[in-house]
Amino acid sequence: MASIATHAPGTDQLLMGNEAIARGALEAGVGFASAYPGTPSSEIIGSLAEAAKDAGIYAEWSVNEKVALETAAAASFAGVRAIAAMKQNGINVASDFLMTLNLTGTNAGLVLVVSDDPSAHSSTNEQDARTIAKWADLPLLEPATFQEAKDMTRWAFDLSEELKTVCLVRGVTRVSHARGDVRLGEPMPPGRASRFAPNSPVQFASIPATLKHSLMHQKLAKAKEIFESSRFNWYAGPEKPELLVVTCGSGWFYSLEAVKVLGKSDSVGILKLGTTWPLPEKLVLERLSQAEKVLVVEEVDAFLENNLKELVGGNLSAVGPLTFYGKGSGHVPSCGEINPDTVVGAMASALGVEKPARPPAYGEKAQSLTGLLTHARVVGFCAGCPHRATFWSLKRALKLDARGGFVTGDIGCYTMALGPTGYFQIKTVQAMGSGTGLASGFGKLGALGFKQPVVAVCGDSTFFHAAIPALINGVYNRSNFTMLVLDNSATAMTGFQPHAGTGTNAMGEPTVAVDIEALCRALGVRVEVTDPFDLRDTTDKLLDLLADEGGVRVLISRRKCQLVRAREEKAPYRMRVDSERCLGDSCGCNRLCTRVFQCPGLTWDSTAGAARIDEVVCSGCGVCADICPASAIVREAA
Amino acid sequence: MEAKDPLNVIVTGVGGQGNVLIAQLIGRVLVAAGYHVTIGETYGASQRGGAVMSHLRISHEAQYGPLIPEGGAHVVLGLEPLETLRVLAQYGNPEVTVIANSRPVHPLAVATGAAEYPSREQIAGILDQLSSRAWLIDATDIALDLGAGILTNVIMLGALVGSSALPAGPDAFEGELRQSLPADKLDLNLQAFRRGILEVTAGTTSA
Repeated sequence: MASIATHAPGTDQLLMGNEAIARGALEAGVGFASAYPGTPSSEIIGSLAEAAKDAGIYAEWSVNEKVALETAAAASFAGVRAIAAMKQNGINVASDFLMTLNLTGTNAGLVLVVSDDPSAHSSTNEQDARTIAKWADLPLLEPATFQEAKDMTRWAFDLSEELKTVCLVRGVTRVSHARGDVRLGEPMPPGRASRFAPNSPVQFASIPATLKHSLMHQKLAKAKEIFESSRFNWYAGPEKPELLVVTCGSGWFYSLEAVKVLGKSDSVGILKLGTTWPLPEKLVLERLSQAEKVLVVEEVDAFLENNLKELVGGNLSAVGPLTFYGKGSGHVPSCGEINPDTVVGAMASALGVEKPARPPAYGEKAQSLTGLLTHARVVGFCAGCPHRATFWSLKRALKLDARGGFVTGDIGCYTMALGPTGYFQIKTVQAMGSGTGLASGFGKLGALGFKQPVVAVCGDSTFFHAAIPALINGVYNRSNFTMLVLDNSATAMTGFQPHAGTGTNAMGEPTVAVDIEALCRALGVRVEVTDPFDLRDTTDKLLDLLADEGGVRVLISRRKCQLVRAREEKAPYRMRVDSERCLGDSCGCNRLCTRVFQCPGLTWDSTAGAARIDEVVCSGCGVCADICPASAIVREAA
Repeated sequence: MEAKDPLNVIVTGVGGQGNVLIAQLIGRVLVAAGYHVTIGETYGASQRGGAVMSHLRISHEAQYGPLIPEGGAHVVLGLEPLETLRVLAQYGNPEVTVIANSRPVHPLAVATGAAEYPSREQIAGILDQLSSRAWLIDATDIALDLGAGILTNVIMLGALVGSSALPAGPDAFEGELRQSLPADKLDLNLQAFRRGILEVTAGTTSA
């Protein structure tokens, strides 16, 4: 298959927004790409890494987002165009470096892409990362289409190089993670000499900070000038619209659709902004001065809306009285994703017209026919997932230990242990590495009468990302907890990217596999390793570690992610339920296999009154055979 | 059938059924045929037993946003029956065409015995009442007969193409399958695709 590097210039290709961003970087002559994976941003560096050999560039999965931005900045300092990509939580991790990189400035073009996840489909928050542009005084671009995702990224490198500062590009799920046709341009080979040669003793330092702060403000003022004539900002509609819509990013398509649905192209105008910080003030004020009603359509926070209001506040005589409709007025939701329906509703309400709907009789019929049948699907561990087995043993061990022990959680597939397929075992979820940090704190409360055992769970990629400092904190401060590393040898939640422990780099080359076990041993802690599919051994080891108080101890539960494994080898077993042995509801086990174990490969056959294997879903891991008290679930060699 | 612009197609199913791949394949064929195509996906749960939906907007005139408005689907391709009903409840309308796989993937509530899965007859009846035309196809059983459950989505793609609901025919899709599949998997997939076309053109299995 063609990669984003080999698609011919001039052709139309169906690209994910993230791939379009990656192609834009290639067309800008990017030489260095880095990221820590995170939905909905992962495919940017993922596709650049796949294309790296064809394109003659370097791409890496960095250990976390701060390091990703640092490595990309080094390339920029040395004269190589560089891109770093991350999700909205990731920019928080990178922000410590970013808040001095903005003062420092850059050399070759440096683009930082942040992809927000409104509605937190795959996140622990839905923060709006755009605020960071204002906080850090950095120029911000927001693509509204897949074509713009490519073209803006390409332009962002020129802009960064002209201003000598980082240029931010903000995606959201419905741009970054959606797909559309994109007309491609010509890729540019990196082909630049790289050399670190500062032109002054402080060129690559953030100090003297006050002086650099004022230079940073000058750069922002220049960005504002450039944005006044950007081709990514335009107005379409009547000269004096009844309603002016100001929108950016995902809001643009929805606004266009809403105008069509309401048939208001004669009376509603749309000011579409691609450069949202700093605002192109002249352009915006010119449009605002022609309107009386303004609807602002954007995702998640009222970032654009409040910046517009601030601008209006300083220019009251120029724009006259205005009524704003948006998040402030409650017309556009302030939480969660927006969609065509919310925007049609907001526009109809601002115009004082009815929102059209499908025939009500159909809607009522559809609801009444399907409502009781469409049980929600609870997201949970896959059939054959090692995490299910680990949490099964962990639940048993904590119960047998009987001192009220509990689990602090972290970020990864195993976060789903908040729910039924991980037996509700995880009790806290915040940021990367926070499970171990919290455990380190809980484990110091003994002197204050705290007696509950604490287990911190953490995935292998999360271990490298942010849990190591928390683990060292626990060791240094003689905290009392068990760290359970769920090592499935992949960054599974975001698409199975390799990481520091896997022995492969982003470009598929073999590299050092950092040994979690040896690293923990070097800290002087007790380390055990278990295979989660051995339920008895895992439970025994956990019980022993829980009892071994007086320090930090580590259990590594190691088994490859089933989805990765299934690509590499056939299922070890063919599972079946022996109908003679399965006693169904008369067993006394109270349907332990289906009601409690909750593997999607096992289902309850209400006609037969017995368990049944779903052969399409079952992965043949064999674990359920060990939980059936009647030995009715049978492993057969596949 | 009058040509809709944009044509709104929803591919729905459960994580792991290959929903996203099918939507992309349709998208690539139609972009090559000169259409603007936008695809939006629900995801995150895409490998983990959750409901997964792809929205396709297909237009000669302009690119559309990646989400279809409520009640706005023209075609629903359901890889799983319950998910097909869920999509109709939100995006259906009296004009919609539905092509659904008959094989359930039980939600946990059903697997655990807390809820009942609707019968095939119940599902077929609802599809009939909520669509202008509907097919219920035993695609997973056919796929297992052909040797691999994973072929279900290619059979369903064949059925979709066979129903003439898309503005591109079998040749264009076979060409894309030839380009995108490894040689050792091509023949079986082509066989599955053609079998899917027959399921709707032979006129035997309408719901």
